[in-house]
Amino acid sequence: MTTTTTSTSTARRASSLLGWASLILVGATVGLGLVLPKTQEQAEYSRLIAVHPPAAWASYVAVGVAAIAAIGHLVTRRASWDRVTIASLEVGAVFTAITLATGSIWGRPTWGVWWEWDARLTTEALLLAVLLGAVALRRSLAPGRGRAVITSVAALATVGLLPVVHFSVQWWRSQHQVGTLLSPDPASNADNPYIVAMLLGFVAFTVAFAWLVVQRVRLEALEEAYDEVILDRAITDRRAEARPTTEVPA
Amino acid sequence: MAYVAAGYLVTLGGLGAYAAWLTRRTRQLTRERAR
Repeated sequence: MTTTTTSTSTARRASSLLGWASLILVGATVGLGLVLPKTQEQAEYSRLIAVHPPAAWASYVAVGVAAIAAIGHLVTRRASWDRVTIASLEVGAVFTAITLATGSIWGRPTWGVWWEWDARLTTEALLLAVLLGAVALRRSLAPGRGRAVITSVAALATVGLLPVVHFSVQWWRSQHQVGTLLSPDPASNADNPYIVAMLLGFVAFTVAFAWLVVQRVRLEALEEAYDEVILDRAITDRRAEARPTTEVPA
Repeated sequence: MAYVAAGYLVTLGGLGAYAAWLTRRTRQLTRERAR
């Protein structure tokens, strides 16, 4: 009992620490991003570099973690892996939606359009559709082993899209620029302040992803426990209804 | 600057709204379970 109380208290403290760390790091990223100097090519719009690539990075991390957790579940059959899988898929959908929205906002002043059926944008939109589909599919199924296996398979199918999204700018002609950090083309490289802001964003959004997953896993466990309570109550009610009433003769 | 502000608002708003939903739903279920 003491061990359980201590571990729960430690988990809560760690979750709280993670929450504060993500708040401070995201705040620092926003602060640094907004004071970045203007560039010759894109004026102040380059300041979006502190949020757009980090959001895309976090969506990659989310899908990767979901796939690892899916393998963990398929191998061990532990419910905790299943909770991490669905949590990562859902948080990944949030980061993918943010990536698409910030990309669209960045594209309007620099490309002149909100949306283009470009390889990177289209594959990123496909990733969002697949993630939302996986979450919707999960919600449509009754709790149990079958649902967990289907969620794991969906996560493993989704991770197959990541290389397509990432390398789409190299595989097809794309309006979207190639990678900023690892590009061999010097024209694609950013100046130091932008690199620092982007790297800080990567760290901040990864920590924020971890905190959101911890919260979502906790919620999933609560929902599972609540579903069981509701089922128990329904069974008790039906049994009470089915019980024949004994009439006392006058 | 409006586009930059919109980009940051969408990011913070999206993350904030999802975190708020998670917190509210967790509190709601914790209360329901305690009843």
